[in-house]
Amino acid sequence: MSKVVFALGDDISTDDIYPGRFMATVLPSETPQYCFADHAEFNGKLKSGQVPAGSIVLARNNFGCGSSREQAASTLQGHGLVIVARSFARIFMQNAINLGLRVVVAPEVEGSEGDELEVGPEKVVNRTTGKSYGIVPLPKARQAIIDAGGLIPYTRKRVLEKAG
Amino acid sequence: MGQTVAQKILARAAGLPSVNVGDVVEPAVDLAMSHENTALVINQFLEVFAGTGLEPRVWDPSKIAVIFDHRVPAESAKTATNQKKVREFAAAQGIAKFHDVRGDQGGICHQVLAEEGYDRPGYVIVGADSHTTSHGALGALAFGVGATELASVWALGRAVNIQVPASIKVVLRGRLGSAVAPKDIILHLVGLLSAEGANFKVIEFHGEATSAMPTSGRLVLCNMSVEAGATSGIVPADAETVRYLRDEAGVADPLDLVQPDADAAYDRVIEVDVAALAPQIACPHTVDNVKAIDAVAGTKVHQIVIGSCTNGRLDDLEVAAAALRGRTIAKGVRMLVFPASWKIYREAMRRGYLADLIEAGAVVMNPGCGCCLGVHQGALGDGEVALSTTNRNFKGRMGNPKGEVYLCSPAVAAASAVAGVITDPRKGGQ
Repeated sequence: MSKVVFALGDDISTDDIYPGRFMATVLPSETPQYCFADHAEFNGKLKSGQVPAGSIVLARNNFGCGSSREQAASTLQGHGLVIVARSFARIFMQNAINLGLRVVVAPEVEGSEGDELEVGPEKVVNRTTGKSYGIVPLPKARQAIIDAGGLIPYTRKRVLEKAG
Repeated sequence: MGQTVAQKILARAAGLPSVNVGDVVEPAVDLAMSHENTALVINQFLEVFAGTGLEPRVWDPSKIAVIFDHRVPAESAKTATNQKKVREFAAAQGIAKFHDVRGDQGGICHQVLAEEGYDRPGYVIVGADSHTTSHGALGALAFGVGATELASVWALGRAVNIQVPASIKVVLRGRLGSAVAPKDIILHLVGLLSAEGANFKVIEFHGEATSAMPTSGRLVLCNMSVEAGATSGIVPADAETVRYLRDEAGVADPLDLVQPDADAAYDRVIEVDVAALAPQIACPHTVDNVKAIDAVAGTKVHQIVIGSCTNGRLDDLEVAAAALRGRTIAKGVRMLVFPASWKIYREAMRRGYLADLIEAGAVVMNPGCGCCLGVHQGALGDGEVALSTTNRNFKGRMGNPKGEVYLCSPAVAAASAVAGVITDPRKGGQ
């Protein structure tokens, strides 16, 4: 069971997750400090270590829309967050899978900050409200990457196969 | 069942006779593009080879393009150091399609790929930038990816595990009215579809207004297709595509003008009568919050921006120069102009457009993306309002979450610069 530490609406852009003015910072080891930088309270909690790994960011439709900046995925991953949303924008979802950030698609999910969610393989149960919501599996095209632990190990395996 | 343009391109690139929507394929990549984020791509690319004992070499340096545009000239020591790292890597790997910070070439990546003739119909183009959708304007299947995915393409020469997307057919009927532009069409369409209406899908553009549109306008349509979530926007290649590539981009090679089959299956078909369109405005803070100009005319603005990969082309600067020639930008308004490339900048200079703009009070900047995404120059002050020909108006986009960004066409931006408030260019100067 994990707590919803940040509840958001529709169309949360990558500018919201990782503002463009921090784009010069690229390394996954350095991006976590700017996670939701314009949401001072949540950013402050993240930076002061008040948010345990495995905590949930809950959003509605089209989470991660906009820029392809991979910092938006690495900044969330750096804090060990799990993103549960009704839907995700394509590039963000791919970046998340490529980096191993956990994203969960639950098209009808409802919840508020402070709710306790249980994220299973097939459904999300909101233990606070008692309601449960189906999970849509991630695109089958991406399963091999998830199984390999991300796109870098997957590509490494392929490069080695090619080299024979 | 017939095939869409996206299906045909993916089938060819995957070495298959045909593909179905939902199939998982590994298309060979014809062009892989990145900008300053190449620094991260290099990092991830080297990580792929770590511990393998293999020398990290890109699969084909002739198919890689690297263009500095996001923070040029460097705004910080960090960026300058990353650009240095990229410059050295490009030289070591023999990447010839590398465009550094200089006035005799280069500019914003999406304009450079088109005008240098790197884009071709039928190509699979991946770019570590969401507006890579732009290149569909020349009949390519072009989509944005993250830095790690681009690193994977550098290593393998293929985009791995791609699910064949469905296509939405958009038929643009009629003729655009005076002072109404391709930007107004795409803003209207994004409003119609919503910010995720085309997520995981391709938008294929048809109709007489598409046929009549020059490549500069098609680049606007495809560029902003991603604002409806589209994987790609695509205009099937035609006589205009050939004209542009031959006459403007200097391409002499044979071209594969990939066409959809007459019985291709589309997810949905949308018809838009462009003759009925008024200038459109995307209001804060989402690109799909689109209104006809009457709803927001009169709104006070503090900063006007004309430029970017969306609307910084020669015809855009021509419209702005004509509107501002002999006039003065309103007091309290600053106007920033970012041509989309140095080629455009030099031609606008020769034609006197830049002089017209500067004499009216505009500040002409070097080609680049910095202002649009709020990372380099042109930030808004608290409570300020920008009216911009760029492509995004998300909260914080122009460097300040306490600012507001409205998106519009160059004609609207120029008329509004004179008036100091959002102004319909069809209603004349103030």
